Amino acid sequence: MAAYSVNGAEIEHDEEGYITDVQQWNRDLAQIIADAEGLEMTDEHWAVVDFLREYYNEYQIAPAVRVLVKAVKKKFGPEKGSNKYLYELFPYGPAKQACKVAGLPKPTGCV
Amino acid sequence: MAEYNFETEGVKKTITFLNRKAPYGTIYALEVLESVLISAAFEQHANIVFVDDGVFQIKKGQDTADLEMKNFLPTYGIIEMEKEDADEDEDMDMNWRIIVEKESMEARGLTPDDFKVTVEVLSSAELADVLATSDAVIGG
Repeated sequence: MAAYSVNGAEIEHDEEGYITDVQQWNRDLAQIIADAEGLEMTDEHWAVVDFLREYYNEYQIAPAVRVLVKAVKKKFGPEKGSNKYLYELFPYGPAKQACKVAGLPKPTGCV
Repeated sequence: MAEYNFETEGVKKTITFLNRKAPYGTIYALEVLESVLISAAFEQHANIVFVDDGVFQIKKGQDTADLEMKNFLPTYGIIEMEKEDADEDEDMDMNWRIIVEKESMEARGLTPDDFKVTVEVLSSAELADVLATSDAVIGG
Protein backbone atom coordinates (compact mmCIF):
# COMPACT_ATOMS: atom_id res chain seq x y z
CA MET A 1 0.00 0.00 0.00
CA ALA A 2 1.21 3.47 -0.81
CA ALA A 3 2.23 5.78 2.00
CA TYR A 4 3.01 9.41 2.80
CA SER A 5 6.47 10.06 4.13
CA VAL A 6 6.26 12.44 7.10
CA ASN A 7 9.31 13.35 9.20
CA GLY A 8 10.81 9.93 8.53
CA ALA A 9 7.57 8.05 9.29
CA GLU A 10 5.51 6.18 6.69
CA ILE A 11 1.77 6.76 6.93
CA GLU A 12 -0.29 4.45 4.72
CA HIS A 13 -3.03 5.74 2.45
CA ASP A 14 -5.55 4.18 0.07
CA GLU A 15 -5.55 4.56 -3.71
CA GLU A 16 -7.30 7.94 -3.44
CA GLY A 17 -4.97 9.38 -0.81
CA TYR A 18 -7.10 8.93 2.33
CA ILE A 19 -5.00 7.69 5.24
CA THR A 20 -6.06 4.30 6.53
CA ASP A 21 -5.56 4.94 10.27
CA VAL A 22 -7.18 8.14 11.52
CA GLN A 23 -4.96 8.04 14.64
CA GLN A 24 -1.77 8.54 12.65
CA TRP A 25 -2.72 12.04 11.51
CA ASN A 26 -0.63 15.08 12.38
CA ARG A 27 -0.40 18.66 11.10
CA ASP A 28 2.77 18.01 9.06
CA LEU A 29 0.92 15.20 7.28
CA ALA A 30 -2.06 17.51 6.67
CA GLN A 31 0.28 20.04 5.06
CA ILE A 32 1.74 17.35 2.78
CA ILE A 33 -1.74 16.21 1.69
CA ALA A 34 -2.80 19.84 1.16
CA ASP A 35 0.28 20.48 -1.00
CA ALA A 36 -0.53 17.41 -3.08
CA GLU A 37 -4.07 18.74 -3.52
CA GLY A 38 -2.75 22.16 -4.51
CA LEU A 39 -4.33 23.88 -1.50
CA GLU A 40 -2.90 27.04 0.06
CA MET A 41 -3.73 26.44 3.73
CA THR A 42 -5.12 29.53 5.51
CA ASP A 43 -6.45 29.90 9.06
CA GLU A 44 -9.91 29.18 7.68
CA HIS A 45 -8.70 25.93 6.08
CA TRP A 46 -7.14 24.84 9.36
CA ALA A 47 -10.28 25.75 11.29
CA VAL A 48 -12.33 23.48 9.02
CA VAL A 49 -9.79 20.68 9.43
CA ASP A 50 -9.75 21.10 13.22
CA PHE A 51 -13.55 21.09 13.35
CA LEU A 52 -13.73 17.92 11.25
CA ARG A 53 -11.27 16.17 13.55
CA GLU A 54 -13.01 17.27 16.73
CA TYR A 55 -16.39 16.20 15.36
CA TYR A 56 -15.07 12.83 14.18
CA ASN A 57 -13.34 12.27 17.49
CA GLU A 58 -16.60 12.84 19.36
CA TYR A 59 -19.13 11.15 17.06
CA GLN A 60 -17.04 8.70 14.98
CA ILE A 61 -18.40 9.95 11.66
CA ALA A 62 -17.83 13.04 9.53
CA PRO A 63 -20.39 15.84 9.94
CA ALA A 64 -23.13 16.59 7.44
CA VAL A 65 -22.16 19.52 5.23
CA ARG A 66 -24.88 21.72 6.73
CA VAL A 67 -23.42 21.11 10.22
CA LEU A 68 -20.01 22.15 8.93
CA VAL A 69 -21.48 25.28 7.31
CA LYS A 70 -23.11 26.23 10.60
CA ALA A 71 -19.85 25.75 12.54
CA VAL A 72 -17.90 27.92 10.08
CA LYS A 73 -20.62 30.57 10.27
CA LYS A 74 -20.35 30.60 14.07
CA LYS A 75 -16.57 30.98 13.95
CA PHE A 76 -16.01 33.33 11.00
CA GLY A 77 -19.30 35.20 10.60
CA PRO A 78 -22.38 34.95 8.40
CA GLU A 79 -20.65 35.98 5.16
CA LYS A 80 -18.50 32.84 5.37
CA GLY A 81 -21.27 30.53 6.53
CA SER A 82 -22.20 29.08 3.18
CA ASN A 83 -21.67 25.98 1.13
CA LYS A 84 -20.21 28.23 -1.59
CA TYR A 85 -17.53 29.54 0.77
CA LEU A 86 -16.56 25.99 1.73
CA TYR A 87 -16.16 25.17 -1.95
CA GLU A 88 -13.90 28.20 -2.33
CA LEU A 89 -11.70 26.80 0.44
CA PHE A 90 -11.86 23.23 -0.82
CA PRO A 91 -12.71 23.26 -4.55
CA TYR A 92 -13.16 19.47 -4.70
CA GLY A 93 -15.78 19.66 -1.99
CA PRO A 94 -15.70 20.22 1.76
CA ALA A 95 -16.63 16.61 2.37
CA LYS A 96 -14.18 14.78 0.17
CA GLN A 97 -11.22 17.14 0.05
CA ALA A 98 -11.31 18.57 3.58
CA CYS A 99 -11.80 15.09 5.05
CA LYS A 100 -8.76 13.90 3.14
CA VAL A 101 -6.60 16.68 4.60
CA ALA A 102 -8.08 16.04 8.06
CA GLY A 103 -7.20 12.34 7.86
CA LEU A 104 -10.80 11.15 8.02
CA PRO A 105 -12.14 8.23 5.97
CA LYS A 106 -13.67 9.10 2.61
CA PRO A 107 -17.30 10.11 3.29
CA THR A 108 -19.82 7.59 2.00
CA GLY A 109 -22.97 9.71 2.11
CA CYS A 110 -24.13 12.75 0.23
CA VAL A 111 -25.53 14.95 2.99
CA MET B 1 -46.29 3.67 -13.95
CA ALA B 2 -46.78 5.37 -10.61
CA GLU B 3 -46.16 9.08 -10.49
CA TYR B 4 -43.97 10.45 -7.75
CA ASN B 5 -43.91 13.98 -6.44
CA PHE B 6 -40.46 15.04 -5.27
CA GLU B 7 -41.44 18.63 -4.45
CA THR B 8 -40.33 18.94 -0.82
CA GLU B 9 -40.49 22.72 -0.36
CA GLY B 10 -42.54 23.50 2.73
CA VAL B 11 -43.27 19.85 3.46
CA LYS B 12 -43.14 19.11 7.17
CA LYS B 13 -43.85 15.66 8.50
CA THR B 14 -43.48 13.97 11.83
CA ILE B 15 -41.56 10.77 11.40
CA THR B 16 -41.18 8.19 14.14
CA PHE B 17 -38.10 6.01 13.98
CA LEU B 18 -38.86 2.87 15.94
CA ASN B 19 -35.70 1.08 17.07
CA ARG B 20 -36.54 -2.43 18.25
CA LYS B 21 -33.35 -4.46 17.87
CA ALA B 22 -30.03 -4.80 19.69
CA PRO B 23 -27.28 -2.67 18.11
CA TYR B 24 -25.16 -5.46 16.62
CA GLY B 25 -26.00 -8.75 14.93
CA THR B 26 -28.23 -7.10 12.35
CA ILE B 27 -27.86 -3.92 10.29
CA TYR B 28 -31.18 -2.41 11.45
CA ALA B 29 -29.85 -0.14 14.21
CA LEU B 30 -27.16 1.47 12.08
CA GLU B 31 -29.47 1.88 9.08
CA VAL B 32 -32.16 3.57 11.16
CA LEU B 33 -29.56 5.84 12.75
CA GLU B 34 -28.39 6.93 9.30
CA SER B 35 -32.00 7.59 8.27
CA VAL B 36 -32.49 9.78 11.35
CA LEU B 37 -29.40 11.82 10.50
CA ILE B 38 -30.58 12.26 6.92
CA SER B 39 -34.00 13.46 8.09
CA ALA B 40 -32.18 16.27 9.94
CA ALA B 41 -30.94 17.57 6.59
CA PHE B 42 -34.59 18.08 5.58
CA GLU B 43 -35.56 19.63 8.94
CA GLN B 44 -38.33 17.15 9.59
CA HIS B 45 -39.94 16.57 12.98
CA ALA B 46 -38.82 13.26 14.42
CA ASN B 47 -39.46 10.94 17.32
CA ILE B 48 -36.49 8.66 17.84
CA VAL B 49 -37.90 5.79 19.87
CA PHE B 50 -36.16 2.85 21.55
CA VAL B 51 -38.26 -0.18 22.52
CA ASP B 52 -37.63 -3.87 23.23
CA ASP B 53 -33.91 -4.75 22.76
CA GLY B 54 -33.58 -1.46 20.89
CA VAL B 55 -32.97 0.20 24.26
CA PHE B 56 -29.53 -1.44 24.25
CA GLN B 57 -28.54 0.69 21.26
CA ILE B 58 -27.95 3.71 23.48
CA LYS B 59 -26.59 1.93 26.56
CA LYS B 60 -23.31 3.41 27.74
CA GLY B 61 -20.10 1.44 28.00
CA GLN B 62 -20.25 -0.75 24.89
CA ASP B 63 -17.14 -2.59 23.75
CA THR B 64 -17.26 -4.01 20.24
CA ALA B 65 -13.61 -5.11 20.01
CA ASP B 66 -14.45 -8.83 20.05
CA LEU B 67 -17.12 -8.32 17.39
CA GLU B 68 -14.55 -6.67 15.12
CA MET B 69 -17.12 -4.01 14.34
CA LYS B 70 -16.95 -0.27 14.78
CA ASN B 71 -18.61 0.95 17.95
CA PHE B 72 -21.19 3.44 16.72
CA LEU B 73 -22.52 4.38 20.17
CA PRO B 74 -20.76 7.80 19.96
CA THR B 75 -22.69 8.56 16.76
CA TYR B 76 -25.98 8.62 18.73
CA GLY B 77 -24.58 11.77 20.34
CA ILE B 78 -25.35 13.55 17.07
CA ILE B 79 -29.08 13.00 17.65
CA GLU B 80 -28.85 14.81 20.97
CA MET B 81 -26.68 17.55 19.45
CA GLU B 82 -29.10 18.07 16.54
CA LYS B 83 -32.08 18.17 18.91
CA GLU B 84 -30.45 20.77 21.17
CA ASP B 85 -29.34 22.79 18.15
CA ALA B 86 -32.89 22.80 16.76
CA ASP B 87 -34.38 23.69 20.16
CA GLU B 88 -32.03 26.69 20.52
CA ASP B 89 -32.26 27.98 16.95
CA GLU B 90 -35.40 30.11 16.60
CA ASP B 91 -35.18 30.02 12.80
CA MET B 92 -35.43 26.24 12.78
CA ASP B 93 -38.79 24.51 12.83
CA MET B 94 -37.64 21.02 13.77
CA ASN B 95 -38.98 19.30 16.83
CA TRP B 96 -37.18 16.15 17.92
CA ARG B 97 -37.93 13.82 20.81
CA ILE B 98 -35.72 11.00 22.04
CA ILE B 99 -37.96 8.44 23.70
CA VAL B 100 -37.42 5.20 25.59
CA GLU B 101 -40.32 2.91 26.41
CA LYS B 102 -40.55 2.50 30.18
CA GLU B 103 -41.58 -1.18 30.16
CA SER B 104 -38.71 -2.19 27.85
CA MET B 105 -36.20 -0.25 29.92
CA GLU B 106 -37.32 -1.68 33.25
CA ALA B 107 -37.56 -5.25 31.97
CA ARG B 108 -33.85 -5.02 31.14
CA GLY B 109 -32.87 -3.54 34.48
CA LEU B 110 -31.93 -0.18 32.98
CA THR B 111 -32.49 3.40 34.13
CA PRO B 112 -32.21 6.71 32.23
CA ASP B 113 -28.69 7.12 33.70
CA ASP B 114 -27.56 4.08 31.71
CA PHE B 115 -28.08 5.88 28.41
CA LYS B 116 -25.60 7.80 26.33
CA VAL B 117 -28.19 10.48 25.51
CA THR B 118 -30.85 12.26 27.57
CA VAL B 119 -34.17 10.52 26.99
CA GLU B 120 -37.88 10.95 27.69
CA VAL B 121 -39.29 7.85 29.33
CA LEU B 122 -42.85 7.08 28.20
CA SER B 123 -45.16 4.21 29.11
CA SER B 124 -46.35 1.87 26.41
CA ALA B 125 -49.76 3.61 26.40
CA GLU B 126 -48.17 7.07 26.04
CA LEU B 127 -45.97 5.75 23.24
CA ALA B 128 -49.05 4.49 21.42
CA ASP B 129 -50.26 8.11 21.23
CA VAL B 130 -46.91 9.19 19.77
CA LEU B 131 -47.19 6.53 17.07
CA ALA B 132 -50.81 7.41 16.36
CA THR B 133 -49.97 11.08 15.80
CA SER B 134 -46.99 10.42 13.50
CA ASP B 135 -47.25 10.90 9.74
CA ALA B 136 -44.96 7.93 9.19
CA VAL B 137 -43.36 5.22 11.27
CA ILE B 138 -40.09 3.70 10.15
CA GLY B 139 -39.33 0.49 12.00
CA GLY B 140 -35.98 -1.15 12.38
